[in-house]
Amino acid sequence: MSLIWNGIVTAFALVFGGDPEVWAITWLSLEVSGAATIISLLLGMPLGILLAMSRFPGRALAVALVNTGMGLPPVVVGLFVSIFLWRSGPLGFLDLIYSPAAIVIAQVVIAFPIVAGLTLTSFQTLNPHLGLQLAGIGASKPQVLWLLCKEARLPLLAAVMAGFGGVISEVGASMMVGGNIRGQTRVLTTATVLEAGKGNFDVAIALGLVLLALSFTVNFVLTHIQQRELIRWPKPS
Amino acid sequence: MAEALLTLEEILVRHGSATVLDIARLEIHPGETLALIGPNGAGKSTLLRVMGLLQPPSAGAVFFRGERANGENTLSMRRRMASIFQEPLLLNASLYDNAALGLKIRHLSKAEIRRRVLPWLERLGIAGLAARRARTLSGGELQRTSLARALALEPELLFLDEPFSSLDPPTRESLLIDLRDILSQTGVTAVFVTHDRHEAFMLGSRIGVLNGGKLLQLGAGRDVFARPADEKVADIVGADTRIHAVVERCSEGVARLRFDGGAVEAAGDFQAGAAVVVCLRPEDIRLSRPESPACGSGINHLSVRVVKVIPSTPHYRLLLESGTGPLTALLPRAAFEALAVREGDALSASFDPAALHIIVR
Repeated sequence: MSLIWNGIVTAFALVFGGDPEVWAITWLSLEVSGAATIISLLLGMPLGILLAMSRFPGRALAVALVNTGMGLPPVVVGLFVSIFLWRSGPLGFLDLIYSPAAIVIAQVVIAFPIVAGLTLTSFQTLNPHLGLQLAGIGASKPQVLWLLCKEARLPLLAAVMAGFGGVISEVGASMMVGGNIRGQTRVLTTATVLEAGKGNFDVAIALGLVLLALSFTVNFVLTHIQQRELIRWPKPS
Repeated sequence: MAEALLTLEEILVRHGSATVLDIARLEIHPGETLALIGPNGAGKSTLLRVMGLLQPPSAGAVFFRGERANGENTLSMRRRMASIFQEPLLLNASLYDNAALGLKIRHLSKAEIRRRVLPWLERLGIAGLAARRARTLSGGELQRTSLARALALEPELLFLDEPFSSLDPPTRESLLIDLRDILSQTGVTAVFVTHDRHEAFMLGSRIGVLNGGKLLQLGAGRDVFARPADEKVADIVGADTRIHAVVERCSEGVARLRFDGGAVEAAGDFQAGAAVVVCLRPEDIRLSRPESPACGSGINHLSVRVVKVIPSTPHYRLLLESGTGPLTALLPRAAFEALAVREGDALSASFDPAALHIIVR
């Protein structure tokens, strides 16, 4: 128990004492995972909408691939992104290995199928005739798409939360493609692994708590937005 | 006649190799309510989507006020129309926001939207629910909101695709009456799709009968219901009794038609020897006890036996068997009780010559 208590005390000391390294790691984690989430949304939402609203040969295969992608092991993603970005790899000329950009790429590969899959599901919960009805009162195609996204906003927020949750908490891919280089690619998860490996459990707990607080804050804000629209269910008589 | 508001020319809609709609020409005139009836799969909804510029046809042209819809002008034309579907598809928002949606899409000011929406909410009896979220509303309230949303657009052409079919009968009846009043007061041109003859007859100034993607008959409601063009139309409009007969003779506009087990006289000029089908609507068959003084004999009388009594409100439907085949009659409750009809009873069926409609085969 004292170990955990020391960890909590250390966490407060590091965060509120203004430890520059912890703040830098936290900020980088937020930047990298935030960027990966946004890119995943930009790629995953259109793909999910396309899969939900269109019929084409191979669609079932595409949906199955997206669903499989929702459970990709981060360490496998890390391995393949490393191979691609390795200096002798197909994308080695980009010189991105062991950079924050490499972590973003790996995290996008992890989060993009999650966002696409949940977007697909959220659009499939909409009435399939809603788009036609909106066009029937004069909506243009972009207006129909925007209104459908607005209508699916509650499950879409779940897609954002799941995407962000998937990348802020992963460690395998960040470790493999980022290298956990101090001051450059060290994020909260890789730093936690490192400190725990060195036996600095109080610092590891402190970093873990910061990660939890960060994840909680982001999800709390999104949950608040999502839940304020929910209907109050009648009590059974 | 005034220029058509909407004209369809040589419209074909194909799904794969199947043709689901094949309309040579159809005009919608300003101020009319065209009711389209037909069985499931007749192409009614497809026709409505084509007319509402929501689905491009595989071939043919749609003209709105004489201008051909060509893709570039489709949105601006569509914004002069409004469509209402079977399900009142509303967004997860308040009733007011849903009713205002079409006007918001057109980027009207809040004040203008309010000015146009509120009277319709009042007119349709849902103003008190304006702040309620759509998913807390009843089916009737949802469909009233859907109507308000469409009417607030002040459309030149209103399309209604079986809008009341999922509602309970009292709500449906009250909405039908409201809609009929609104259409007649505003003069808005409407196309109403239904498979319910009662709704079609109640709302339609003209009725079109669709089957297999083809427009089988188009005309005033009374004509279509009383004078179906062929046996398929007779089926759809409910002229359930059909007797195959041969024209025995015809003189001075009265034809004598003979069939197994009897003969009838009908108005019309037909060639002697022609094979015809005698159509009768169930409400045009009068029933009496054979011993009753009301029961005459000979022409336009048939001896029948009651096979089945199907009670419903406000009529009783009677399935009858005669020497010439099955007949269907509809009796008001009072007449049914006065006759004290039971299954197996022998009755006399009679009909006015003017009620007979003859289809030449």
